[in-house]
Amino acid sequence: MHETTLLLIEVGALLLTLSVLARVANRIGVSPIPLYLVAGLLVGTGGLVPLSGEALDFFEIGAELGVVLLLVMLGLEYSPRELVNGLRSARWDGLWDGVLNALPGAAFALLLGWGPLGALALAGVTWVSSSGVVAKLLRDLGRLGNRETPSVLSVLVIEDLAMAFYLPVLSALVIGEALQEAAIAVAISVTAVLVILVVALRFGKQISRVFSIHHLESLLIGVLGLTILVAGLAAQLNVSSAVGAFLVGIAISGQVAEQAERVLTPLRDVFAALFFVYFGIATDPADLPPVLLPAAALAIVTIATKVLTGYIAARRAGVGVLGRWRAGFSLTPRGEFSIVIAGIAVTAGVAPQLLPFTTAYVLMTIVAGPLLARLPEASWFKAVVMPPSTDRPLVR
Amino acid sequence: MRIERVELPGIGIRNDVLTAAGRRLSVITHRDGAREVAVFDRDDPDACVESIELTDEEATTLGEILGASVLLSKLTGLGEDARGLFTEEVALPSDSGFVGQPMGATRARTRTGTSIVAIVRAGQLIPSPGPDFVFEAGDVLVAVGTRKGLDALAELIERGPR
Repeated sequence: MHETTLLLIEVGALLLTLSVLARVANRIGVSPIPLYLVAGLLVGTGGLVPLSGEALDFFEIGAELGVVLLLVMLGLEYSPRELVNGLRSARWDGLWDGVLNALPGAAFALLLGWGPLGALALAGVTWVSSSGVVAKLLRDLGRLGNRETPSVLSVLVIEDLAMAFYLPVLSALVIGEALQEAAIAVAISVTAVLVILVVALRFGKQISRVFSIHHLESLLIGVLGLTILVAGLAAQLNVSSAVGAFLVGIAISGQVAEQAERVLTPLRDVFAALFFVYFGIATDPADLPPVLLPAAALAIVTIATKVLTGYIAARRAGVGVLGRWRAGFSLTPRGEFSIVIAGIAVTAGVAPQLLPFTTAYVLMTIVAGPLLARLPEASWFKAVVMPPSTDRPLVR
Repeated sequence: MRIERVELPGIGIRNDVLTAAGRRLSVITHRDGAREVAVFDRDDPDACVESIELTDEEATTLGEILGASVLLSKLTGLGEDARGLFTEEVALPSDSGFVGQPMGATRARTRTGTSIVAIVRAGQLIPSPGPDFVFEAGDVLVAVGTRKGLDALAELIERGPR
């Protein structure tokens, strides 16, 4: 009984703290994710006020659910049609994005001597922008109407979709499976992703009919149950629970998806917070100082490559110079996926330094990104990239 | 005029209206039903300088106001086709004796030969009002008739029933 009491007290106090942090973040206009990570650092391994074992267990399970909920919501946000259209129109942008941002991470890991698996993991960490942070950033800066915004969002769509193939590969390889078994896992996930996309496109209505949009309680419990079930099955097949959840999100479409998004959002907010806190908890603050410099160096390089990615994507869409810079800078924050990737790798025992490194790296890009994104609005910046000309036409 | 429809994955749909004057106006419809109207920068046509969020009610009203004025400009275009016939908007003075009276009380058609084809009330267009349509202060009457008839109507409306 005593343990449960302590658990309640600790979890309650921490959630209360997170709520204050979220509010502070909102007030100063930054994402709460870095604050959650720091809170986790303080209460975790080697932190100031270490939590009891029970609370840690709770956070571990909470974090697992957090990943599942983050990913199912991501899947719900995209309709299958949007995914297909994104794939069709922005595949080159997506390819550039992968090449420009994954390679520096991979090279860096090899340089640090983390081996090929470490390289594969760090490549993923530097590759994927945080869809959540970027989308919120565009909203907060009032840029949803901007011409470069569809390019930015398409890059995010492709990245998220690419994760459905990347994560199973990573999960299979890091647990030291033979290449053959890894290939099976990859084949399963590729088939699953394609089948689910096709099924969702053709029979989305029938799948969604399983749930009733008029009874929110059963909808909430039903979608949650289906998601966790599929996530578990996917994990069993080494396809990664995150991918399973993402696919469920994609398969549910139409009005059911809208309602499910609405009812799941509060749940996602709670468990996603636990997920970020848990990552901070798992990181020992004492491991941070040695990785700060390399993480900063990699952050600078990969922020530059992300800017280039956005610049290229926006230019291909015929957006002006300033818009290209805006697209580039708004893509720079890395977040939830980088953490999921590092988590998968470290849990399997690959390059333990990846944990503090990714914490530092995500903290840097997620704090710097939103600040950089405001840069193209500064008049000096405009003056630098757009020399004033008198005959600039109003219509193009 | 050009209308562009752009998908915003994960967010919704954006419809752009490019005006003859080279300005761009966007309506962003979020997946959750929220709407935003965005106005674009003159110097940097890729960026919106201002975006205004609209509630359901506000969006409906804005749509009606725009719709009414479009209908009105189509009505006023009638004069070009029918020679000698004009369309005019006649505001009902708030102190007119016709406020609170049914339209039939004006006997406008008999007295002036004009037809009241529509009423604009609070930004909304009410087409073909019947004789029992009751006037309110602030109504604008849209009438079709000869120049002389329309002048007579304006005078009649101004004077009130006597």
